[in-house]
Amino acid sequence: MALHVTATRRDALSVGVTVGTYGVAFGAAGVAAGFSVLQTCLFSLITFTGASQFAAVGVVAAGGGPWGAVSAATLLGTRNALYGLQVAPLLAQRSWRRVLGAHLTIDESTGVALAQGPRGVAAMREGFWWTGVSVYVLWNLFTLAGALGARTLGNPASWGLDAAVPAAFLGLVWPRLSDHFLRVVCVVSMIFALLVTSLLPAGAGIIATVVVALAAGWRER
Amino acid sequence: MNDWIVVGATSALCLAIKLLGHFAPERWFAHPRLQRVNSLIPISLLSALVVSEAFVVKTRVVIDHRAAGVAVAFAALLAKLPFPVVVVSAALTSALVVHVH
Repeated sequence: MALHVTATRRDALSVGVTVGTYGVAFGAAGVAAGFSVLQTCLFSLITFTGASQFAAVGVVAAGGGPWGAVSAATLLGTRNALYGLQVAPLLAQRSWRRVLGAHLTIDESTGVALAQGPRGVAAMREGFWWTGVSVYVLWNLFTLAGALGARTLGNPASWGLDAAVPAAFLGLVWPRLSDHFLRVVCVVSMIFALLVTSLLPAGAGIIATVVVALAAGWRER
Repeated sequence: MNDWIVVGATSALCLAIKLLGHFAPERWFAHPRLQRVNSLIPISLLSALVVSEAFVVKTRVVIDHRAAGVAVAFAALLAKLPFPVVVVSAALTSALVVHVH
């Protein structure tokens, strides 16, 4: 049992370090999109779900209105509710600990927890908390570092920051494309987004792409 | 002001969604169609964000230095290189194109 818990912690910490350092890209993207260092850090402290954070600053950087940014981020956050559904019975917590568990419910903590299944419920809980806390701490520290760094760098384009953001999105979508159908959804969404770009207000094409997900998921495959 | 709306509303709504998952009854999310669509939303939105950030200025589609960076990121992902390498190689490529021009 002790051995299992140790292996679980190792899994959790390696995910925490990898994902946490990636916060530097978010910190830089936030400042490059025109947010202050404080605002960029508040995203990581309170929103704390990477794809939504990147989407919010991404839509603003693309010239979209504030509510377009908020809706893109919120739609991307909906999957966390379904994760919560899976991990809440596992954690079996009450009151403030349950709130804390909810806040730490993201792709990584859920993923590591569920992957510990064969090691038993105790290991699953261990995986959730260790991953959630290590990602939270490192993600926030590196967001601050990235935001401060970007502020001193000046023009984002001359440092390639404007290309780092789409590269980051590509890196976020990449691991989700596990079969042919999902890759088709990805390519169709890209084509759709480009086609509607000139027809809609700036940034609105991103949100409109939800209709591709709606159409593709309407019927069973 | 708009920046604060984005920070405040995004944070409040994303946190509310997480709490909903932990405190709401399971049957609220039971519909299979909702689960299917929900699992595809990240793919559609993230894909749209890739091309919008790489090929769009305001409402125009353009090919500029960013495209070179994203092409390198794509190659890095195909080569199974780690996340930070993907992002940094894209940034360096794009910056190089900007400086050469």
